[in-house]
Amino acid sequence: MTLTLPLRRLSPLLQVPVVITLFWLAVAFAGPFIAPCLPGEVVSSTVFAPISAQHLLGTDYLGRDVLTRLLYGTSSTVLLCAAATVLACTAGAFLGMMAALQQGMTDTLLSRFMDGVISIPSLLSGLVAVATFGSSVPVLVLAMACIYMPGSYRTCRMLALSIVQKDFILAARMRGEKTGYLVVREILPNMTGPVLTDVGLRFIYAVRLLSNLSFLGVGLQPPQTDLGSLTRENLLGLVYGAPAVIAPALAIACLTVGLNLALDGKGRRQ
Amino acid sequence: MTRQNPTSPPPLISVQNLCLTGRRGTGPETPIVSNVSFDVAEGEMLALIGESGSGKTSIALALTGYARAGCRIAQGELRVAGHDVRTMNASELRSFRGKTIAYIAQNAGAAFNPALPLMEQVIEPALAHHILPRKEAVEHAIALFEMMALPTPHTIGARYPHECSGGQLQRIMAAMALITEPEVVIFDEPTTALDVTTQIEVLEAFRVAMRQCGFTGVYVTHDLAIVAQMADRAVVLKNGNVQEEGTTRQILSKPAQPYTQQLVAASQPHLRNHDSPPLSAPLLDIKNLVVGYGPPMANGRPTHTIVDNVSLPVCAGETLGIIGESGCGKSTLIRAMAGIQPWADGSMMFDGQPLPARIEERTPQQRQHMQLVAQNADLVLNPAMTVEATLRRVLTFYNEDASDAAIKRVLDMVRLPQALAGRYPPQLSGGQKQRVNLARALAARPRLVLCDEITAALDTVVAAAILDLMMELKRELGLSWLFVTHDLHALRSVCDHVAVLYAGHCVEFSTAAALNVPPHHPYTRKLENSVPEMQPGWLDGVIQHNGLRQSGAERAPATGCSYMPRCPVAVAECAQAPPHTWQAPSGAHIACHLHAQDLS
Repeated sequence: MTLTLPLRRLSPLLQVPVVITLFWLAVAFAGPFIAPCLPGEVVSSTVFAPISAQHLLGTDYLGRDVLTRLLYGTSSTVLLCAAATVLACTAGAFLGMMAALQQGMTDTLLSRFMDGVISIPSLLSGLVAVATFGSSVPVLVLAMACIYMPGSYRTCRMLALSIVQKDFILAARMRGEKTGYLVVREILPNMTGPVLTDVGLRFIYAVRLLSNLSFLGVGLQPPQTDLGSLTRENLLGLVYGAPAVIAPALAIACLTVGLNLALDGKGRRQ
Repeated sequence: MTRQNPTSPPPLISVQNLCLTGRRGTGPETPIVSNVSFDVAEGEMLALIGESGSGKTSIALALTGYARAGCRIAQGELRVAGHDVRTMNASELRSFRGKTIAYIAQNAGAAFNPALPLMEQVIEPALAHHILPRKEAVEHAIALFEMMALPTPHTIGARYPHECSGGQLQRIMAAMALITEPEVVIFDEPTTALDVTTQIEVLEAFRVAMRQCGFTGVYVTHDLAIVAQMADRAVVLKNGNVQEEGTTRQILSKPAQPYTQQLVAASQPHLRNHDSPPLSAPLLDIKNLVVGYGPPMANGRPTHTIVDNVSLPVCAGETLGIIGESGCGKSTLIRAMAGIQPWADGSMMFDGQPLPARIEERTPQQRQHMQLVAQNADLVLNPAMTVEATLRRVLTFYNEDASDAAIKRVLDMVRLPQALAGRYPPQLSGGQKQRVNLARALAARPRLVLCDEITAALDTVVAAAILDLMMELKRELGLSWLFVTHDLHALRSVCDHVAVLYAGHCVEFSTAAALNVPPHHPYTRKLENSVPEMQPGWLDGVIQHNGLRQSGAERAPATGCSYMPRCPVAVAECAQAPPHTWQAPSGAHIACHLHAQDLS
């Protein structure tokens, strides 16, 4: 009831992506509990089995249930990347707005530092972080957050710069408002649209980076799995047209496109 | 609807029962203009008068066969110079727009391509429609530049748009419109964004062009004084309907419809400020203020001095007006008072206490007692906050009563209904936004309100209402106002004291009453002479009297009077030393080398 009411107020064009996003969120949280098998359990002697009543998405290269692995993989991909994105965008947005408000030295120092971070290829930064601190969930989340914060910072700083010029900020400053109030009440509500779109982009980047790291074997370590590593480990199945490789690839596409449409639509409505 | 008698030639432009509709997004179609009919005879200039949203620009665009995105010409007949505009296809329309009809837009600065020299853009219509070969087109353009009284007509075409002033660009745009010798020219508020002194130069150039080229024109404007100078006949529009049609003289002197009467009344200068308070101690005393940008130089002055050695008192309970053209430093001065732009030298006293330059260093009382009302109603209110939230924040911030009743009281002060409290700024009209803007300042219970061009972006009738409100509040609350404007009528009608700013110098400071008594600084006189009067034929008289004005590149002497390059009465002395200030018999303080008898 609580879910359907706000949904109905959205335009039909927005309902579909919002439903898709909610679906993936639900999968992320509930997936491990509703999975029919265990993720590491070899359940069939046939590898790359097609869709059947017993194994809804067939089996993978070791004969494990793909649906189970997909549910677990989605969960870790969505939760890990979401955590990293939220961290990156929150920090980036607040630092960006601070820099736009303070300008001068604060802005220069912050911006040059962020430029420095952004100039290092993200995969390289990720590898260095994993090599230094070892591969674990907190390290991966923090590394991805640090890698994607500068991009978010730059976007938010640009957006905030144009808002800071406006006279209502001047009025608030003349009143003697503190920076915290200016950032939260005066600037942020005026840039939610573009910022949400930016969040969607960062999330996709994070999914890609996590998949890349997993591909190189330094991402999530087995038995944990994510959508990227699922695609990679079943690459051979492409030859057989096995659902084992198609399903996770489709899942990534559906998740990222749905989320972006939803956030983009939210932004455009304002 | 026809006003032509059978013997006269058919009208060049004939609009019959024109209806325009528009829709927002996927919403329902709403009428923009309904059932508008008018004729324009050959060689005639017709004015379309109306406030913003009256559909005047939509009609003007429809004459060129164009409707803005989301809009369409729903029905009616449009005949321009023998063409039926509605039946033409795209290629016919293209040729029609190039050869038969030309359009001069409001903001010439935004209409030119910044990456191309002006000459390329001016001759482009002639080349695109194969009317003239390049060499002749260039010659023709130079002749037009000469006619428009542009400085250095032979070389100005090589400049880029950012190298010309707004008034020059507007005239160059007119040259671009005239290069194909069109039969019809549409002027869409071409001088609205310009200063009075620049506006008159542009109007004079247009007037001369009209006489020499003999085109038929449609002039879109909201300024009746301009209508009086430019147009033969006028159509008054409101909400997409014709209110009244007639000759300019008839509409200005004997308006028949209530709306036209209201419009004419709002355009007449009239005194709103009847009871000047006796001179008291200054509430805000500005002494020898120097404000500028850039790092300080060896002598302690900023690299770019914007406000130079200005001293002004704002007395309790009075209105001080500051007038000057764009770039004269009036906004910088108000920003310095507001504490946003630190000053390099000089001092300010507020209520007997020294006022720190930076807002952060001022006491909460000082911040509360001096409030700024900024110019652009679209930028001053946070679009993400309701009117109520905006006002409530001010009240709670200054520890005032922030109950619903208190908010209602503040809204009452600016004559806004309480129903608007829940609205967001984009849902308000321009006048309402400006009232909320005022309400926000008043909610702080200020003693001095700094108003930066608060009526500049508003329609005549709405602006008049805001000025009335200012004066009512002054009487009710005993407020002091600082009123910055470039509108001499508004200044006269509300101010007790007036300061005239030119290039950062205060060239004249007097009581508002003394503005009517000579002598004056030459710049004050120029300002006064530049305000178009409602009397038809006034502009022609000015052109005959002065000849066409040349606004060249002006460079003030390093020492000496900054007004010298433009001053008609300058003497050798002006280049040598800065002028000193002396007092005229009327009480006006004038900064000029010449004396009362020379300036009278």
